[in-house]
Amino acid sequence: MSVHSTSPDFKKNAARALGDAQLQKALGNVKQGFIDKREKATQKLPEFEALRDSARDIKNHTLQHLDLYLEAYEQKVRASGGHVHFARHAEEARDIILSICKEAGARTVTKGKSMIAEEIGINEHLETHGITPVETDLGEYIIQLRHEMPSHIIAPAVHLNATQVEQDFRRVHTHLDAKRDLSEPVQLLTEARGVLRERFLAADVGITGANFLVAETGTSVIVTNEGNGDLTQILPKTHIVLASIEKLVPTLEDVSQILRVLARSATGQEISVYTTFSTGPRHLGDSDGPENYHVVLLDNGRSAMLGTSFEEMLRCIRCGACMNHCPVYHAVGGHAYGWVYPGPMGAVLTPTLIGIDQAGHLPNASTFCGRCESVCPVKIPLPKLMRHWREREFERHLTPATVRSGLGLWGFFAKRPALYRLATGIAIRAMGFAGRRKGRFQWLPLAGGWTRNRDLPAPQGETFQARWRREHKRRAA
Amino acid sequence: MSARDDILGAIRHSLGVSGKETIRRQIVSDRLAHAPKGVIPKRGQVSGEALLALFKVQAEAALATVTEVASAAEVPQSIAHFLRDHNLPASLRMGDDRRLQAMPWNDTALDIAHGPSAGDDLNAVSHALGAVAETGSLVMVSGSENPSTLNFLPDNHIIVVSAKDVAGDYESVWAKVRLTFGKGGMPRTVNWITGPSRSGDIEQTMLLGAHGPRRLHVVVVKE
Repeated sequence: MSVHSTSPDFKKNAARALGDAQLQKALGNVKQGFIDKREKATQKLPEFEALRDSARDIKNHTLQHLDLYLEAYEQKVRASGGHVHFARHAEEARDIILSICKEAGARTVTKGKSMIAEEIGINEHLETHGITPVETDLGEYIIQLRHEMPSHIIAPAVHLNATQVEQDFRRVHTHLDAKRDLSEPVQLLTEARGVLRERFLAADVGITGANFLVAETGTSVIVTNEGNGDLTQILPKTHIVLASIEKLVPTLEDVSQILRVLARSATGQEISVYTTFSTGPRHLGDSDGPENYHVVLLDNGRSAMLGTSFEEMLRCIRCGACMNHCPVYHAVGGHAYGWVYPGPMGAVLTPTLIGIDQAGHLPNASTFCGRCESVCPVKIPLPKLMRHWREREFERHLTPATVRSGLGLWGFFAKRPALYRLATGIAIRAMGFAGRRKGRFQWLPLAGGWTRNRDLPAPQGETFQARWRREHKRRAA
Repeated sequence: MSARDDILGAIRHSLGVSGKETIRRQIVSDRLAHAPKGVIPKRGQVSGEALLALFKVQAEAALATVTEVASAAEVPQSIAHFLRDHNLPASLRMGDDRRLQAMPWNDTALDIAHGPSAGDDLNAVSHALGAVAETGSLVMVSGSENPSTLNFLPDNHIIVVSAKDVAGDYESVWAKVRLTFGKGGMPRTVNWITGPSRSGDIEQTMLLGAHGPRRLHVVVVKE
């Protein structure tokens, strides 16, 4: 673990997020935009469901043979003139990257978007050693100016509104005319393009992530819409690819299968604008491209997930569909989750990377509505995995005493169906009687957490089980 | 132990394998050798005019513009028209691609520069290895023939592609890459390009011209 986590404060973070008017306005864009776009894109491709199965199977196959595909990949990268570095944990990855940068005599480093870079906290490390990292993805650039973490894995600045971006640009771009018009989003984009173009051309090293690593050819693959990842890697003398070990896929055909579900699930595009396959440094006779090509392969706890129930999480291709469809994410945004990965995928992954004692609230922050699993392009059973975490949390006695005794009480009745029916029957009738006039409760003992914010509808005098039996009998008759 | 051996060892420990199992090694080497195709969308499985029409529709849906010309000799005039129609300067940078070099640029008033871009060019032209009709994507390979910088630094990027190189799906293009560079071999960079550069990072509103070209224009040579 490297980046400071506020995951233990999830409840406080969430409460603050709910009261933040700017954030709530910005989160409206997630609900409106992503869901419709994905739906349209998937409906236009009749093979989409078959491709989801195919993508899932490719990732499963690769994970089952990960040691061998890593060896094959490494050999191909070396054969193409590149270097491969293995890093057990964040600190090792930071040291490797720093020493490559020092060797290159780097003063500034441009960066393509990389969640692994966030995971290992590379920016801070480089800054400490006198090297300036420059984020080049527009969203990442904006949050770097604000010293924030991404609040979404593919839309890092989704928690901000244009007026906030304008204020940041005016604060930082002091070399530009103070009276310039920045009232339109396109003016903000144009300004960032101009400022970053100079940074691209001046950078000594470019660091990108990788959406995929291809074992067949020793190729790293990045996907962008802006073209920033490409300018990051073709202009400086040295290109560093920072990727975690589960990014491997066997062949170019396999990566093509997964690319067909990635953009559709993420932004609702049929494919991103730029899909780039990079293999080694510039070839003999090439007139541009980097002279040095390094790949840093990070484990950071992933090898230990293989062979456990959390292995399925290693299929994740970081499209963001799970958070785009999550009612909890819609309500509190990404920062409330307190570490690098938000939303349902973060609720499963974060406890494996920083510990369930730190991140125990995250798998609890789910209504288990199941939308995340239903849109996941590689069919990760996210609710099931969150439930596994809840069980572990319970087993390790990390759950608060009130919750434990409540669950114990519920368990006592649930294991005795006749008693359960009797008790719920009485309780429902009593509540129905008490609430018969208004049809709702503004206050109930032990239910303050609910009634503080909204009324609880009064029961209609009968339990679900009783009604089910009645309807069933009627139909059978 | 080195980090490499540690990580491979940890993976093997978790999977309950030694890494020496003949069957596992065979499965992996077979997959790498044969590269099975998986699910190919029917959409691209058309030919002739229908394939070109699909490419055009998909490229335009990604906000590229597409023009067809009857022969390579017509490309320079077509590009000159495009630049004039958009009030762009009559300058153009290109690499040393032989197909581009052979075109009659002297028939136009275009000021031609050669070699990679240093970031101050407004217009560039590149020749594609091929295109994929399924999504309207152009496939570019790096090299002095078509430097990668031309794909990203100029404001206006023009890509020439031969109609015979337009394929239905990505897999057909990989077959062509393997034919050109050998199985398992790759150029330094393969770029799939689908429309002009854009960003949705400010309030989820899509805006064109983020870091790469603001315009992408495709010239399909039909001969």
